[in-house]
Amino acid sequence: MAAVNRRVLPGFGLSLGTTLFYLCLVVLIPLSAAFLKSATLTWDDFWGAVFTERALSAYALTFGASLAAAIINAVVGFLLAWVLVRYEFPLKRLFDALIDLPFALPTAVAGLVYSSLYASNGWFGQFLAPLGIEGAYSKLGIVLVLTFTGLPFVVRTIQPVLKDLDPEMEEAAASLGATRWQTFRWVIFPALLPALLTGFALAFARALGEYGSVVFIAGNMPFRTEIAPVLIVGRLEAFQYAEATALAVVLLIISFILLAIINLLQRWSNTDGK
Amino acid sequence: MHKRLWALILVGFAGCSSSDEVQLLNASYDPTRELWRHINRAFAADYHAKTGARVVIRQSHGGSGSQARTIIDGLDADVATLATWYDTDAMRRKGLMPAGWEERLPERSLPFYSTIVFVVRKGNPKNIRDWPDLIKPDVSVITPNPMTSGNGKLSFLAAWGAVRHRGGSAADAETYIAKLYGNVLALDTAARGATVTFAQRNLGDVHITWENEAHLEVKESRGRVEIVYPPISIKAEPHVAVVDANVDRKGTRAAAEAYMAFLYTDEGQEIIGKHHYRPINAEIRKKYTALQDIELFSLSSFVTGWDEAQSRFFSDGGVFDRIYARKAR
Repeated sequence: MAAVNRRVLPGFGLSLGTTLFYLCLVVLIPLSAAFLKSATLTWDDFWGAVFTERALSAYALTFGASLAAAIINAVVGFLLAWVLVRYEFPLKRLFDALIDLPFALPTAVAGLVYSSLYASNGWFGQFLAPLGIEGAYSKLGIVLVLTFTGLPFVVRTIQPVLKDLDPEMEEAAASLGATRWQTFRWVIFPALLPALLTGFALAFARALGEYGSVVFIAGNMPFRTEIAPVLIVGRLEAFQYAEATALAVVLLIISFILLAIINLLQRWSNTDGK
Repeated sequence: MHKRLWALILVGFAGCSSSDEVQLLNASYDPTRELWRHINRAFAADYHAKTGARVVIRQSHGGSGSQARTIIDGLDADVATLATWYDTDAMRRKGLMPAGWEERLPERSLPFYSTIVFVVRKGNPKNIRDWPDLIKPDVSVITPNPMTSGNGKLSFLAAWGAVRHRGGSAADAETYIAKLYGNVLALDTAARGATVTFAQRNLGDVHITWENEAHLEVKESRGRVEIVYPPISIKAEPHVAVVDANVDRKGTRAAAEAYMAFLYTDEGQEIIGKHHYRPINAEIRKKYTALQDIELFSLSSFVTGWDEAQSRFFSDGGVFDRIYARKAR
């Protein structure tokens, strides 16, 4: 360390210390406690608790449905952000405010409302039922509520970047003979990709941990519509704390790996072409 | 660990109240709110008249298993009035109560009992009268998840026991249970969720639930659903217990024991009957004819007890797991 502090802003040591302390207190210590609790199991018991057939199908459903919801949110969220930034229309402010509603609404309410709409006698469900599509009490229902709870992330991460995007770049591209598609593909999209990936990761992570809304619409049928968090609650009800945390640890590890991959992708997209 | 901290904070608050007043906390399961509110009012008046002391009772409600868990983790409940023996006994296993706790109050600590019945649509269009009717192919069933709900566990055990009690083998019972859960439309995680699915959302032909919940559901539906009593069902035993570790620490044992004893008085028994639980006092029980006389079998008629029920039916690889694993293939 040089004796002279060359940083523009003062208080680096203090702010770094605060950050690390805060992260430890809020994130790291509680999560370590989960790891420690599950460590009270023997390796065989751990293995037996987390890799039952039923647990495997629950993980597959949790990650599959979360991924599907995050992809839908990435595509639709991109469109929503585009329309909200680039076009003027009546009641635009109102629609813009609506985007945040899924954050404010207790997710149990969302689950109840969605399941009543998409149940076979609900407003939407009655039209889906003759087509053989089950809206509520199915995997589709889980994806629907996860899409709802994750909606704001992609929109809100893309919006500011899109606003700052200079229209002159597009004009320049056009004047250099780029078609509309080429302008989008090579000028606009690369600029938005990091924000899109961030939004995608946030929506995905949010969906992995969602419980309140899902239990109302899923029907919680083992092997079909039972998400991993329901299994965890089931273990707790049987006073099997260690087994419950073992399941949680598996979810944490897989989530961490997936989020790390998304972060790497994001870094790669940031440096790409620069 | 951090739950202990909360307990300390709660105790701290309790300490702030005036000293001639006793504060009790009753941790109970979900559908008993109205019952305890009524009992608490009557007991406070009775206790004041007899001892001159004032008693204030706070209530806490939630899933039976999770209530037991919060008490184990440090909630300073003076009495635990949970849905199943298994949940109360979990506190004994953690050293909060001595072995044999169920023998300390009259009638094996059961001031009331209950059972599991059916709720069907108005006019009973699917003609559901008895357990075998539930596995007809065109009947759809609503019941909570036995993994996460006390109501769900008892519904499962009632169905299993109904087969066994009529001479069926364990294999017959498993076949029946597999068909029954094949007809289940959704497994809500808690009793109230299942009630919403059936009564508000109009899904399913029959809702298997607590007798007292069934009566409430019928009353609130204004004639859209009705109760059906199967000829036999399980005897549900929601034991009540004083949590020794907590009352001894807080010095509230006398009030807590008086509170539990009050449940056995005529006044307490009448309130219990009014809320559609079955009073243990046979004379008072007779007055509540809405609680139909059906044959009730106890859990011990087909398993050794709750520990066996838990491990055999609801654990990893237990019967409940198996019937779904078979369907998945």
